[in-house]
Amino acid sequence: MLFDFLPLIAATPPAGSPNSVSHYMTLLFVFTLATFTGLLVIRNVSRLLHTPLMSLTNAISAIAVVGSIVLAGKQETTLSTVLGAVAVAASMTNIVSGFILTDRMLKMFKKRENTKS
Amino acid sequence: MNIDLIIQPIYLISAILFILSLLWMGHPSTARRGVFAGIVAMLAAIGGTLFEPGMNYTWIAIPVVIGCVLGVPLAMVPLTAVPQRTALSHAFGGLAAGLVGASEYYLSQATAHHSLSGFEIGALVAEVILGFLTFTGSLMAAGKLMEWIPTRPITYKGQNAMNLSLLGVALLAGVLLVIFPTWWFLFPIIILLALAFGVLLIIPIGGADMPTVIALLNSYAGLSAVAMGFVLDNKLLIAAGALDGSSGLILSIIMCKAMNRSFTNVLFGAFGQVQASSGAVEQRTVKSATAEDAAQIMSAARSVVIIPGYGMAVAQAQHRVRELFDELGREGVDVKFAIHPVAGRMPGHMNVLLAEAEIPYDKLIEMEEINPDMPETDVALIIGANDVINPAARHDKSSPIFGMPIIDADKAKTVFVIKRSMNPGFAGIENELFYGDNTLMLFGDAKAMLTGIVQALKE
Repeated sequence: MLFDFLPLIAATPPAGSPNSVSHYMTLLFVFTLATFTGLLVIRNVSRLLHTPLMSLTNAISAIAVVGSIVLAGKQETTLSTVLGAVAVAASMTNIVSGFILTDRMLKMFKKRENTKS
Repeated sequence: MNIDLIIQPIYLISAILFILSLLWMGHPSTARRGVFAGIVAMLAAIGGTLFEPGMNYTWIAIPVVIGCVLGVPLAMVPLTAVPQRTALSHAFGGLAAGLVGASEYYLSQATAHHSLSGFEIGALVAEVILGFLTFTGSLMAAGKLMEWIPTRPITYKGQNAMNLSLLGVALLAGVLLVIFPTWWFLFPIIILLALAFGVLLIIPIGGADMPTVIALLNSYAGLSAVAMGFVLDNKLLIAAGALDGSSGLILSIIMCKAMNRSFTNVLFGAFGQVQASSGAVEQRTVKSATAEDAAQIMSAARSVVIIPGYGMAVAQAQHRVRELFDELGREGVDVKFAIHPVAGRMPGHMNVLLAEAEIPYDKLIEMEEINPDMPETDVALIIGANDVINPAARHDKSSPIFGMPIIDADKAKTVFVIKRSMNPGFAGIENELFYGDNTLMLFGDAKAMLTGIVQALKE
């Protein structure tokens, strides 16, 4: 199958998916390439927008919600469910407030006077 | 059907959208599109995850609602409070990562099919250390920014040695846990050490270093998501976390450069500690002026450069600044703003405040660009800035800020400084600019003083 080489995101690896060196190397590749992409892209962000950038990346780093949802949803032990649910709440707070605040700030950046008559 | 055929393509799209989101964030004209892309990416990530088999949605839905309820008011804070909100948000991010890591670890203890490889334990330790130190560190930073905790750096003998050995012990415990996975008692010790390290790391940080530290904590929050991705075998977590980590890294490097300091110096240097008491206190005279004097000189000027600092944020004076900008514009004076990269308490802080006051962003000029124009500038008006315009940075080798790039306000023909009193600024460093021949001090609250100037201009 097309995406069979992609491991499951769940903690249980599918049968035959090895905890092998090449598997971890794939993850390291993703990390390295994403880091360089990030460095190149962020370098070009105007200083004007560094505060909105930071609140945007606040929201993006709440991608931890993905791991939290799996924990809260699978309900394997009471502890994992409770901790997962708290983590979902914390991440969702960041997602909601991060995106709204970023947009709120960006709306304020105007190039020149418009509605001034 | 293999559920990965649904989830993984969604994750891939999500990762692409996250990159586009940051790309579009680069310029004000496309930035709002960037936010939109980010929202879609996040919804895709969450939606894709919900396809996981064997999920019970109750304990997902409830915290999602709680998160939305908490998130909206946090997004509506006044813009002057954005630094502390950001720090608080980093704390939430660190907490989530730390809790997921702890939960994964105890799951691996409780159930056989969750057994972790050595690599995964290593990643888990990294996730937990980064997550929990970001949690307490960011809470401390938020506390300092809200001035619930003394904002001056707190130092004591052997501080750095103690902090580093604390981190060293935590890392050592992590390595032991990788080698001896059955030594489960090490895990809570690692958590406690990480929590303590986060607190101790921020104690010696002063307000002037907050922009760097906030950016660094941003990076840690991202890296803890990366580590989570390694544990959970999730490429989207790794990619998005890495984007966030590199963003925080770049911002903190920019901040460090803008202060001519190294990372280690920011983290272990305890800026502006000794200086407050040292330095021969020679009695020098300052010249002060009234709002009317300032109005008169400014209306006769051709060019005025306004240099805002944290004091403007504290006094919430940005809207008064806008009135001044309008008034002077009406009189045909060319008004620009000079923005130092570390002015304020987080990267870009001044830009956002001035944008809130509807000052067009093409009037906000970066330090490097405005400095060549300063000698031809008639009036430099400094509102609540201190260290970023201190000429000692250029020539006084004994000054803690020596070598830091500054805005050359002293080169303007006339310098006005709006300041509450002669107390030294946040870093506790004397500023010789205040004693300059061409400097006139405007003592008082920034808001009241600006109101006075605008009033006088109107007459």
